[in-house]
Amino acid sequence: MTQPKTLFEKIWDEHVVVHESGSPAVLYIDLHLIHEVTSPQAFQGLRNRGLKVRRPDHTQATMDHSIPTTDRTLPILDPIAAKQIDQLRINCKEFGVPLEDLGSEDQGIVHVIGPELGLTQPGMTVVCGDSHTSTHGAFGALAFGIGTTEVEHVLATQCLLQNKPRTCEVRFDGTLPKGVGAKDLILALIAQISVGGGTGQVLEYTGEAIRALSMEGRMTVCNMSIEGGARAGMIAPDDTTFEYLAGRPKAPYGTAWDSAVARWRQLPTDEGAAYDKSISIDVSNLEPMITYGTNPGMGVRVTQPVPDPADAGANSESIRKALDYMALEAGKPLLGHPIDVVFIGSCTNSRISDLREAAAVLKGRKVSPNVRVMVVPGSEKIKKQAEAENLPEIFRAAGAEWREAGCSMCIAMNGDQLSPGQYCVSTSNRNFEGRQGKGGRTFLASPVTAAASAVAGAVADARTLMN
Amino acid sequence: MHPIETFKGKPIALPIKDIDTDQIIPARFLKTIDKQGLGKNLFNDWRYLEDGSPNPDFLLNQPRAEGAAILIAGDNFGCGSSREHAPWALMGFGFQAVISTSFADIFQGNCLKNGLLPIVLDETIHAELLQAAAGDEPIKLEVDLPNQVVRLPDGRTAAFPIDEFSKKCLIAGVDQLGYLQEQAAAVSAYEAGHMERVSTG
Repeated sequence: MTQPKTLFEKIWDEHVVVHESGSPAVLYIDLHLIHEVTSPQAFQGLRNRGLKVRRPDHTQATMDHSIPTTDRTLPILDPIAAKQIDQLRINCKEFGVPLEDLGSEDQGIVHVIGPELGLTQPGMTVVCGDSHTSTHGAFGALAFGIGTTEVEHVLATQCLLQNKPRTCEVRFDGTLPKGVGAKDLILALIAQISVGGGTGQVLEYTGEAIRALSMEGRMTVCNMSIEGGARAGMIAPDDTTFEYLAGRPKAPYGTAWDSAVARWRQLPTDEGAAYDKSISIDVSNLEPMITYGTNPGMGVRVTQPVPDPADAGANSESIRKALDYMALEAGKPLLGHPIDVVFIGSCTNSRISDLREAAAVLKGRKVSPNVRVMVVPGSEKIKKQAEAENLPEIFRAAGAEWREAGCSMCIAMNGDQLSPGQYCVSTSNRNFEGRQGKGGRTFLASPVTAAASAVAGAVADARTLMN
Repeated sequence: MHPIETFKGKPIALPIKDIDTDQIIPARFLKTIDKQGLGKNLFNDWRYLEDGSPNPDFLLNQPRAEGAAILIAGDNFGCGSSREHAPWALMGFGFQAVISTSFADIFQGNCLKNGLLPIVLDETIHAELLQAAAGDEPIKLEVDLPNQVVRLPDGRTAAFPIDEFSKKCLIAGVDQLGYLQEQAAAVSAYEAGHMERVSTG
């Protein structure tokens, strides 16, 4: 009998091309996603060495970070961003890489369109010069972010040099209470393990609460694995995965689909396979989560007060510094804290289910006159779907802005940004100092918490608005 | 890449935990298509005031930072975004090594591929060096990569780990791409068997 293996080990073993003693493994990459920010220097490297892209057929580019989310028929005002965007067009054309350009019906955030097109599939290795590549692990793929030098390596050789990470099972038992979702679940995990807790590890999320999540919810969970420092996050594929993928443009079809599904069913971790580490969390008593500080590990239940640095032991200095930046007082409630902006979007929470949840809270209500609310769909396809469901009308009627697809205020590279001192409840993934604009202050939360806070003009508990 | 063997450098101390790559180089500076010229924006939002003038309270604007070659930072340095602009900015400023008790995975990999040495030391010696580097008397540390040690001014040594392959590449000053290119035949053979199992439509 063969040794039982974890999901991660099965994919890893399948993709090792060569592993010489004293060197890292040469790992084959099935899908390489590209965007405008982390690729120009890699393409230039190829040019300098006279190299080609080895597998343009396994490479897909899109534009998401630097692009405006306003009228795309107008010229891009920022000349440096415009140059970067043009450079991606030039690079894709020169090296034969397919590109979903502005105006394409498939353009969108790289981690939204990969799954949407059916490019991301179970059992694959997926990389991108972007830390949130961990998102694709929701499909039972081994997916992780890489640097620009590694982007060049994959472009040139379709391979990466990798040392084998350790594995950690994160089991979520129980049933999520009403008003508590995937975002709360992952924020609760990171609050427990801290921003460095997953370093050197691939997390496999298991358990009843994970099985019950939609693919969108699973993507939200895997997306933020990197915020716990993990190399990747993964979820074993099941019928939910296959239902999502069936009929997607790049997914197999006909008999190839049947054999793919049969192969994918072999991927889940074998009975008796060992992880290097295990964590379990009972979600039955979870509440909506929100961050109060300047990294994603600084999270509490929305009903809890701002923690006191004096009680935080080794972290007291970090928390003191964070509260200083956030201008928050220890012991005071977060609920009711006034806010200036609400951002609903990003590769964490810009999918159709996220927009539906936010719209359900905003329907028939008005956002506070003191708050600017931006809703940014993750892709053009999601935008169209939302329009077909009349969601933009709900957002607009409530007083929110409905914008074009992109990363927008998650990374604030495109002019969508906070002013110094502003508070924002954001469905994105990072609350680092200045992440959403220099001096801006971010509270990370779920789409329903964001929508409820928009209505209240302050941090709010969405459960009070739900029947 | 320049080969790295042994070098002496002045350390400076930034004793903050979990410094993310957004602090090392804020996203608005990532619109460049070059690797050069990022040193001036290293730690930009801590380093400059609203009007663009240097913040006198920040380490890099103090006389002790002049000519510094080694940054000693708190635990989990380089977390967050995968931007390789972070090591490019650190090197652009003049750093040759960063010392911490741990590094975020992607950042560490990016450093090793650019010749910026990420040195992990144990908590005790790290705390001692933080204090020494922040003292009134400037000190120098010697980094000896072949022997994987940092030599302190009093002659003591502190060992650090590094994977054998990265060490070999750094000492030779060679890029890791060369090794991957040498595997071309094995990759082709692998692809022949693998592709039928992977479909992208």
